[in-house]
Amino acid sequence: MRPILMKGHERPLTFLKYNRDGDLLFSCAKDHTPTVWFADNGERLGTYRGHNGAVWCCDVSRDSMTLITGSADQTAKVWNVQTGEQLFTFNFGCPARAVDLAVGDHLAVITTDPFMDSPSAIHVKIIARDPADQTGDSVLTIKGPQGRINRAVWGPLNTTIISAGEDAVVRIWDSETGKLLKESDKESGHKKTITALTKSVDGSHFLTGSLDKSARLWDIRTLTLIKTYVTERPVNAVAMSPLLDHVVLGGGQDASNVTTTDHRAGKFEAKFYDKILQEEIGGVKGHFGPINALAFNPDGKSFSSGGEDGYVRLHHFDPDYFNIKI
Amino acid sequence: MAPAQQTKLRWGELEEDDAEDLDFLLPPRQVIGPDENGIKKVVEYRFNDEGNKVKITTTTRTRKLANARLSKRAIERRSWPKFGDAVHEDVGSRLTMVSTEEILLERPRAPGSKQEEQKVGGDLAQLGKGGATLMLCRTCGKKGDHWTSRCPYKDLAQPSEGFVDKPTASEAGAAASGPSKGTYVPPGMRAGAERTTGSDMRRRNDENSVRVTNLSEDTREPDLLELFRPFGAVSRVYVAVDQKTGMSRGFGFVNFVNREDAQRAINKLNGYGYDSLILRVEWATPRTN
Repeated sequence: MRPILMKGHERPLTFLKYNRDGDLLFSCAKDHTPTVWFADNGERLGTYRGHNGAVWCCDVSRDSMTLITGSADQTAKVWNVQTGEQLFTFNFGCPARAVDLAVGDHLAVITTDPFMDSPSAIHVKIIARDPADQTGDSVLTIKGPQGRINRAVWGPLNTTIISAGEDAVVRIWDSETGKLLKESDKESGHKKTITALTKSVDGSHFLTGSLDKSARLWDIRTLTLIKTYVTERPVNAVAMSPLLDHVVLGGGQDASNVTTTDHRAGKFEAKFYDKILQEEIGGVKGHFGPINALAFNPDGKSFSSGGEDGYVRLHHFDPDYFNIKI
Repeated sequence: MAPAQQTKLRWGELEEDDAEDLDFLLPPRQVIGPDENGIKKVVEYRFNDEGNKVKITTTTRTRKLANARLSKRAIERRSWPKFGDAVHEDVGSRLTMVSTEEILLERPRAPGSKQEEQKVGGDLAQLGKGGATLMLCRTCGKKGDHWTSRCPYKDLAQPSEGFVDKPTASEAGAAASGPSKGTYVPPGMRAGAERTTGSDMRRRNDENSVRVTNLSEDTREPDLLELFRPFGAVSRVYVAVDQKTGMSRGFGFVNFVNREDAQRAINKLNGYGYDSLILRVEWATPRTN
């Protein structure tokens, strides 16, 4: 395959997200402007100007009309996808890290980093249908985990929130009361910072990637560990194919060591694993730095990766990819 | 006039001219469709090699794949005007490019074997294609058939001799950079120069030196020290590390203070299973230079 290279960002990529139809690709980077691209040919549709810091995460509503972004400038912003206009700004005292819209798009979970004296927190906000009615109040604030919460997503039927972060523990919270329901135990769980978390298409299980050079597959309700994928590089990004039983892990050595070692030692490929057999299927090379973000097109026929090198690479699979046998 | 012109023209051009002349005799190209099924017919007339007029009908079906896949909303979004920085995009900015490089999904070659080893093997194999005789099995002596590590007679062969000069040579390259032709040699190291300190240091490194090969990639110097210390005082431990990848190259040297300790270590640890590999421990051959 010949990947499409998109060079719209001047700093390392942090997050990639497809909309539900799979025709738009949203990219966030450490420069201040999230960007939207056409997912088929990689043409840039627009940018969302207004943030004043690195943008860590984004999510797009099911109708592809609203975008929510979380940024290190201590705000989370709601945008009109079509015009790039800012609809609302949530202000926090600390950098916002992860954002995720609930099923139905009326709730959003936003996590904030520990900053000054305040610890990290998970906030639940109501997203009003009409931007004019939007308020900045939190419905629920959960505090407790130490260190950054790198990802927080909604569980089945919006009844739970799943969070994971620097303390290497996956937690399931009740989204109504904020009570801690389940916690991954230290023995079976990750040993180092969890950097990525992604849900399966049907929402029955999720995948976490960690700096301990492994990715783990968990049941979303019971938090039982289903599979472990061991690799030889720290995992910064994970993705699951919606079409085949494939898991993609992206990562590479720490960005600060990239220039001091040979590029072969970096291991900057996106690695494909069989979801069930936990065996490596193959690798896709190309980035000149660690992969920070991965996303699968909802049709499962293409995927994109964003790297520390500032490039988004959009890969449309060759036909033989779909007949790979282990 | 006419014959004169013909002499000027070369026969190749003449033929081409001829065909052009006759082209106007052919009926024009006809395009029918595409109809509602996307079927398009193109009718063309041409002269074949024998000069006969031939009618060629090409039937093609055009499918609009993109439309079949995209939802109505997505098609609508296609026509959205650009916004933000994308409005003022220069034509020459070329933000989106198709990779000039063909990227393949690289399959891992043999399941169970280590990635890094394969890579090195792959590189060497490519070199071998040029040089042809680079692949030489040190166990059975076969050329170009397999690598030493893949030798089918590996278990039958006596585990000794082999590895005579290769590791030492590369170790010398890594540590002391043995002088070779064409490279800069500091005056103190040149032939004929006094080298009291240099040779002194070298002797110390060679003293009671034990070579350890077939180390696993994860083995580091502290591990080796831990392994060899029970036999006696160790003065130096060295594990060869690839400068580019930072990976262990699978061999190292241990210097003992006493020769007897070294001999005991060799007796005991040669053939010892360490980290899933069987160690080979022997006296390091003294450097030839």
